[in-house]
Amino acid sequence: MTITDRTITAPEETLALPAGPAIAHRPLGVFTRPQGSEGWRSWLFTVDHKRIGIMYGAAALFFFLVGGAEALFIRLQLATPNGSVIGAGTYNGVFTMHGVTMVFLVIMPMAAAFANYLLPLQVGARDVAFPRLNAFSFWCFLAGGMLLTSSILVGGWFQNAPDGGWFAYAPNTGLLFSPSKGIDFYAVGLQILGIASLVSAINLIVTVLNMRTPGMSFFRMPVLTWMLLITQFLLLFALPVITVALFLLMFDRLWDANFFNVEAGADPLLWQHLFWIFGHPEVYILILPAFGIVSEIIPTFSRKPLFGYHFMVASGIAIGFMGWGVWAHHMFTSGVGPLSVAAFSVSTMFIAVPTGVKILNWLATMYRGRLRFTTPMLYAVGVVSMFTIGGLSGVTHSIAPSDTQQTDTYYIVAHFHYVIFGGALLGLFGGFYYWWPKAFGYKLNEGWGKASFWVMLIGFNFTFGPMHILGLQGMSRRIATYRADEGFALWNMVATISSFVIALGVIMFFWNVYVSTRNWRRAGRPDVGPDPWDARGLEWMTASPVPEHNFDEDIEVDRLDHFWHRKYGKDENGRIVRAAPTSEIAHDGSNTNVHLPSPSYWPIVLGGGILLVGYGIIYNLWLAAAGLVFLVASIYGWILEPADDPDAGGHHDDHGDDHGDPDSNGGPSGNGELATADEPAETEEATVG
Amino acid sequence: MAETMTAEAPGHTPEHHDGEHHTSTGLSNEKLAMWVFLGSECLLFGGLISTYMFNKGRIGPNDVGPEDVFDIPFTSVSSFVLLMSSLTMVFAVSSIARGDLRGNRIWLATTAALGATFVAGQVYEFTAFYSEGLGFTTNLFGSAFYALTGFHGAHVTIGIIMLMSLLVMSMRGNLGPERAETVEIIGLYWHFVDIVWIVIFTIVYLFPQ
Repeated sequence: MTITDRTITAPEETLALPAGPAIAHRPLGVFTRPQGSEGWRSWLFTVDHKRIGIMYGAAALFFFLVGGAEALFIRLQLATPNGSVIGAGTYNGVFTMHGVTMVFLVIMPMAAAFANYLLPLQVGARDVAFPRLNAFSFWCFLAGGMLLTSSILVGGWFQNAPDGGWFAYAPNTGLLFSPSKGIDFYAVGLQILGIASLVSAINLIVTVLNMRTPGMSFFRMPVLTWMLLITQFLLLFALPVITVALFLLMFDRLWDANFFNVEAGADPLLWQHLFWIFGHPEVYILILPAFGIVSEIIPTFSRKPLFGYHFMVASGIAIGFMGWGVWAHHMFTSGVGPLSVAAFSVSTMFIAVPTGVKILNWLATMYRGRLRFTTPMLYAVGVVSMFTIGGLSGVTHSIAPSDTQQTDTYYIVAHFHYVIFGGALLGLFGGFYYWWPKAFGYKLNEGWGKASFWVMLIGFNFTFGPMHILGLQGMSRRIATYRADEGFALWNMVATISSFVIALGVIMFFWNVYVSTRNWRRAGRPDVGPDPWDARGLEWMTASPVPEHNFDEDIEVDRLDHFWHRKYGKDENGRIVRAAPTSEIAHDGSNTNVHLPSPSYWPIVLGGGILLVGYGIIYNLWLAAAGLVFLVASIYGWILEPADDPDAGGHHDDHGDDHGDPDSNGGPSGNGELATADEPAETEEATVG
Repeated sequence: MAETMTAEAPGHTPEHHDGEHHTSTGLSNEKLAMWVFLGSECLLFGGLISTYMFNKGRIGPNDVGPEDVFDIPFTSVSSFVLLMSSLTMVFAVSSIARGDLRGNRIWLATTAALGATFVAGQVYEFTAFYSEGLGFTTNLFGSAFYALTGFHGAHVTIGIIMLMSLLVMSMRGNLGPERAETVEIIGLYWHFVDIVWIVIFTIVYLFPQ
């Protein structure tokens, strides 16, 4: 096959259309597919990975405001000794919801936003392997997020919010000690979010393994693709473990099972083990996407290839494996025994090695580079420096005697905010600035961007830096107040004031989005071009914003950083020179001759069914049963949906013109004997089951 | 390299219309997704089996324990029935691959019937255990036993529903040889559920202590 042939994009080849000849269908009533790519309906029913990615990002930013407001309430309560801004009961709900929201509803979906938007682009695919399942993942996530967040409001302000901390240690979260509905919301909400993440993980793993463009071998994939792939594998294997734990907790609370009933002989360590076998890989699920983003930003703004690409990938894989062998360092004081403590101490020390490799490689990438300190670069450098601080305080936890001293103090709070805020969140914000022009067609304002970065960074360090000191002084986490004579007042006041500085930085980010959008519109929506940063990945090789079909033609990749090497070559003196202008290399999105999957009603319907089942389990099992019936019916609706609709607006299909004739799918049918079938060719049935 | 791409996008060539998948691994997306999903399922049952092993001995001296309720001959027979359903599943896959649609229907129905027999046996077993004094809330052994075997039974039930759906599709003429892989993918799930039962049967029933 010649290279020119590989530029062909036949729908049957690239998209998740069924194997075997297409079967003619006869859509019945609701079994038609929505049409059109304009207006709010097109967002509700979209199966386009880019729109789904944008919706993930928007939802995550909304929940970020919720979780941030909760954080400010925590800081207000702790600003002075004997604080009385919110009571101790509400405080339990506020810090629990802050943690759960930031972990499950902010960092994870923000990473999912980048994964959805960028993974198919970076491997040169048209979409993910299962576009409808991808939409379902988002609606399922939103259902779980709404259910969890609604716990703040139902039955009174924080009356039914989860109140057992984000790790919800049983039996403390049993009915005896936590009689409100809060832990039910926690258990059901996390199960729903788990389904969403699991489906998404399967989808993205198949996409990366199976839908790479010709020539895109594993070691030509960008580091972000690698880190996101490893993240999906961690999700795949970690989620079922917490699923088991949450089921056990639900059974205990709903049906009086004995899993955490100490009176009946249960061992509370069961929950801790199950939770942290999930929980420690979860830490890497949070941070690896940010590592990937930083690995994209730093080479671009250093104008150098990433130093030690293979080491970078290998250290990511090593983190993925070793992340499974360190969970009990969260349990050093729980009585797991000296042998376990020693073994997990050693493994915890070792996992610092691959992380250190990454930090050194980022520094080596910047060394003698032509650095441009744009906003994304500032965020990336912020990650490298802040994560190093958090990583170092993390290694101190591997020293079991020291960890025993610091368990449940603010030293721990300081540590994980340095890695999750200073690492993951700053990285994801850097990603927003970096890929904003790719997704929306204009850059965010650099002045506001840099200002908001510095405000956030300074606020962050003065909020969480002092917590190291408070922790070493002995201030406990999760306690609603402290006495004046304990000597915690000064640094708590500093932390509270600084937390509002962070809030100011966040407001400046949103203001920046508003101002940049407004200015771009006033200027007549100028085209930012496909490659505004002079970057390296395939996603920069198509128009901005990315057209619905991604690439005008398949790309034949011949090496790592393919796009960069198309733009630049070396002259006879070994100096890097421009080989071709970007406009000649990048696609302009003008090829409308691409067949795309039609939008679908069912993903959002299924998400609604799951929400119904969720509330049913918490409040009334008959409602849950009704929801389950609705859910099963929706799954069959999904399966019976026509595989494809050639009349969908905005898609130009070269299969032939059959407008106004919904009884034919226009494809190369050749299956006259099956013409009466209303069972369309269906691609995702196996995974639905 | 500039010559690797052409500026114009040629139209579709006929060989791409035959519906063949060209994936990076050569496996279809659907089959790969099922394998990946089954990988995740291993951890689900791993967690449940660990929970069972962690808890089965935590009963008082006079509590109802495994020896008091288990009926090994009965469960051996129902396990045998389930394992035979893997064989009939293989026949279902091979018959549709050969284009033998009638045989396919027979074997799909047989597999579903064997699976249903197993689930019926489990329902009978649960009822018998309950009447002998072992409920879900009785003790830790009861909670762990019913949770583990109940999750497995639910998986078998979902498998039966999928097999019945395939059967209905086949009766309506929508399951031809070109969709043999759909049957194969459901078969992967079915075999997985059977293999998990071998582990559960061994750990729970054959080595109760």
